[in-house]
Amino acid sequence: MIDTVHGRGPAGCAQGVPPGPVPSPRFPPWPSERNDAPPDHQETAITASDPVPLRKDGTPSAGTATPAVELRGITKRFPGVVANHDINLTVRTGTVHALMGENGAGKSTLMKILYGMQKPDEGTIAINGEQCEFNTPGDAISRGIGMVHQHFMLADNLTVLENVVLGGEKIHGIGAKAKAKIKEISDQYGLGVRPDALVEDLGVADRQRVEILKVLYRGAKILILDEPTAVLVPQEVDALFDNLRELKSEGVTVIFISHKLHEVLAVADAISVIRRGTTVGDADPKAVTARQLAEMMVGAELPSPESRESTVTATEMLDVKDLRIAKTDAEGIERVVLDDISLRIHKGEILGIAGVEGNGQAELVEAIMGMLPLDGGTVTLDGKDLSGTLTRARREAGIGYIPEDRHKHGLLLEAPLWENRILGHVTEEPNSKGVLLDPGAARTDTLRIVEEFDVRTPGIEVTAASLSGGNQQKLIIGREMSHQPKLLIAAHPTRGVDVGAQAQIWEHIRVAQRAGLAVLLISADLDELIGLSDTIRVIYRGRLVADADPATVTAEDLGTAMTGAASGHIESEPEAVAEAQAVAAEGTEAEHPPTDTADDSQAGE
Amino acid sequence: MTSPNPAAKAAKPGLAQRISGERIVLALAAPVLAVVLSVAICSVLLATSGKNPFDAWNVMITYATKSDGQVNILNRSTTYYLAAAAAAFGFRMNLFNIGVEGQYKVAALFAAYVGGQVDLPSFIQIPLLLVTAMLVGGLYASIAGLLKVYRGVSEVIATIMLNSIAVAIVGLLLVPGIFAPKVSGTSNSIQTAPLSESSHFFALDTAGGPLWGFIFIAILVGVVFQFTLTRTRFGFDLRATGRSESAATASGVNVKKMVIISMAVSGAIAGLIGLPELMQNSFNYGQSFQPGLGFLGISIALLGRNSPFGMVFAAVLFAFLDATGSQLPLQGGFPSEIVAVMQGTIVICVVVAYELVRRYGLKRQQQKVGAQLAAQIAATEKKEVSA
Repeated sequence: MIDTVHGRGPAGCAQGVPPGPVPSPRFPPWPSERNDAPPDHQETAITASDPVPLRKDGTPSAGTATPAVELRGITKRFPGVVANHDINLTVRTGTVHALMGENGAGKSTLMKILYGMQKPDEGTIAINGEQCEFNTPGDAISRGIGMVHQHFMLADNLTVLENVVLGGEKIHGIGAKAKAKIKEISDQYGLGVRPDALVEDLGVADRQRVEILKVLYRGAKILILDEPTAVLVPQEVDALFDNLRELKSEGVTVIFISHKLHEVLAVADAISVIRRGTTVGDADPKAVTARQLAEMMVGAELPSPESRESTVTATEMLDVKDLRIAKTDAEGIERVVLDDISLRIHKGEILGIAGVEGNGQAELVEAIMGMLPLDGGTVTLDGKDLSGTLTRARREAGIGYIPEDRHKHGLLLEAPLWENRILGHVTEEPNSKGVLLDPGAARTDTLRIVEEFDVRTPGIEVTAASLSGGNQQKLIIGREMSHQPKLLIAAHPTRGVDVGAQAQIWEHIRVAQRAGLAVLLISADLDELIGLSDTIRVIYRGRLVADADPATVTAEDLGTAMTGAASGHIESEPEAVAEAQAVAAEGTEAEHPPTDTADDSQAGE
Repeated sequence: MTSPNPAAKAAKPGLAQRISGERIVLALAAPVLAVVLSVAICSVLLATSGKNPFDAWNVMITYATKSDGQVNILNRSTTYYLAAAAAAFGFRMNLFNIGVEGQYKVAALFAAYVGGQVDLPSFIQIPLLLVTAMLVGGLYASIAGLLKVYRGVSEVIATIMLNSIAVAIVGLLLVPGIFAPKVSGTSNSIQTAPLSESSHFFALDTAGGPLWGFIFIAILVGVVFQFTLTRTRFGFDLRATGRSESAATASGVNVKKMVIISMAVSGAIAGLIGLPELMQNSFNYGQSFQPGLGFLGISIALLGRNSPFGMVFAAVLFAFLDATGSQLPLQGGFPSEIVAVMQGTIVICVVVAYELVRRYGLKRQQQKVGAQLAAQIAATEKKEVSA
């Protein structure tokens, strides 16, 4: 298999510099009704708009109607909330196949099975028509399957070359031959990777390309990308999609895991949707709308977005002035993490912070929470100066906190739900009386939260670890909302949460906003930011560089500002905004905060 | 479309639900397995050394059925339990106080000195000695706490060092003219002046000899330990920090303060370890004062899972092994070292077994929750279909 990939090397080289992106990404020319068409036919169709002539001479047998991956009746009884049950999936060679589903639907399990990390209890895997059994990822790799994980696994202090050959020293050695091979692959697929660059100097998108190259270097012909766009700004997503199309045109099969509807529609040739551990259907990206896809994922009709009226008041709630934090790193160099951050949030206002992760968002949150010592500046909540106080005092003063990493900062995973309900509010009613805990009252109140916030659990004595991500998050939100917060810090409140829970979480935030809550919203999801916020600020390298009104800005322009390319007040072309809103209204409601009916639509499940 | 959340109805938290049979079985499985395994290993060991293992077990069990053996076991358990509680208090918040050994030695030395110098009525004298020991132990332990908080020194390293320093301190102070009386007669051994009569703790007279009254102090420590952990805000903070320091910090726990406090409390409990011996048996602190209790306490805490209740059984088991083990060489010439081997294997087995059982329990619960939720959903769907 390795030979097959490499044997095509010269052909790839001949192509040289990639001819530019396919002009119409939203309509990948793969008509699903032709599923029994011969392979040449397929490839012609795919690259109809591609000026480069297609390789049709070689290996006709390899690219016949045999699908690259065929999973039949995969069942995995897995300790957890969702098991895979009778999953069928067919991925054709040389296509981008999107696997969609809400979090916890079983996508990851399925991909772990395909990558040999877990064994299915029942069912068969066929790669290029051959029945396979994978015991380790090594078996899958030798079959030409490669996986690019969501979290990159690169050594920062090594070069790209060193990272690529690491663990694969036997393939092409570690010297000039390997470097030539890397260049060859990079050119062939238009990845633009420089083998001698240090990984620590690379941006997120470049690192991702290194990861892809690493997998291709090991001879992968079937690529699994686990939520590859989660860490990218829109422009980088487009570049990634260009790379994927390039890979596809070279005969590589890509399995693309995502729950972002418009991205899937933009790049996929075929879509499979998984819900509750089983495949609920395949969709043709050409024929299906984002709304229909979202409904397939959730299994219920989605509510429409409501028009928002402003609830912002003139009363100032949070006032952050000239916040500055500098950290000294291992080499003794002072690194400014937060630089002169000033922001104000009023009662009933949601302030969104946009930014690529790692630009100081986490530090900003921790500074306001009192978890990081300040080098300068003040934090004032409702007229009270909190700058010198400890985290507990700030929480008691009325700051609610939905942490970015709920497992690390929000929950005691091995403690029962009712103890998790106490966490963070141990000094407050109903959790304690004086210095003594009141477990009885805490239990009763946990029951109330479970009911009001629709936490799906068989009881409150089970550990937090046994709940799914969305339900854990609903428990956290219920807890934080139960103490009449004046300010809610919501860091990625819907990350890793399924669409249904997402809608409920948004609704809870909006209800509280209407009641006068001030919200600091940090999110990587620009649609979430635009949909929820009253004001958006952009953070870049520890500074608030730009601001925008969500009503007059598009995700594209926000993305530009997030890369540091724009500053000041951003306002998009009115036509662009109108178009984006129209698209949203037509299709991607799932990405937008829904109405009160969300609960009803979910309850039936 | 609206369906009532079934959780609300199902989750009336009765005591029966909280303490399910399965959880008890899971909790007991690991220590029982560990003990059985180590008995097997030691039997093989005895057999290969040419001794009949069943005879050895017989000697031990016979001694344990006699009343003097039982009193001996209970008196030892008292000391062991205090040692375990001292270690466990730190362990509950992932603070590894390896320095219990040094803390109790220094504390007992000071208590012995004070007891030898002061002669007040019992009802003042005894509390005075208890407080002295706890204060000295607590202060000595908090050195490690302060080092951890302000200088980032691992408490493991610091307490191990402090153990060595404790030996040196005892050596430095326990010399004639300082803590020991100037004239020590013909004996070569050096010890503090005997405690005043009023310092003697009461003992219960039984058929098997005096049963130390300190057992009540140990019970009291256990009760207060359990109450603090499960019923106070401080205990919640402590457990939260032990389970996830990052989550505790985010929840508002002042971890630095917690480290210093728990280290001091752990040291204070450690200060009590030497007192049963001091106030009920030897009545002075000498060179032959029982060493090694601190490390034994760590083993017992591990076996008892740092739970005040579990440590009772662990302490009694270790006391049983030690007390009856001393009979082995006397009756049949069995090597008494077999007891040390057994304690060692129990600890190793139990560490492995607890981790296995913990993972199994977590998985099992996730499975159960998944199954229950699936059943709820199925029930709801059925209802909807019929509706």
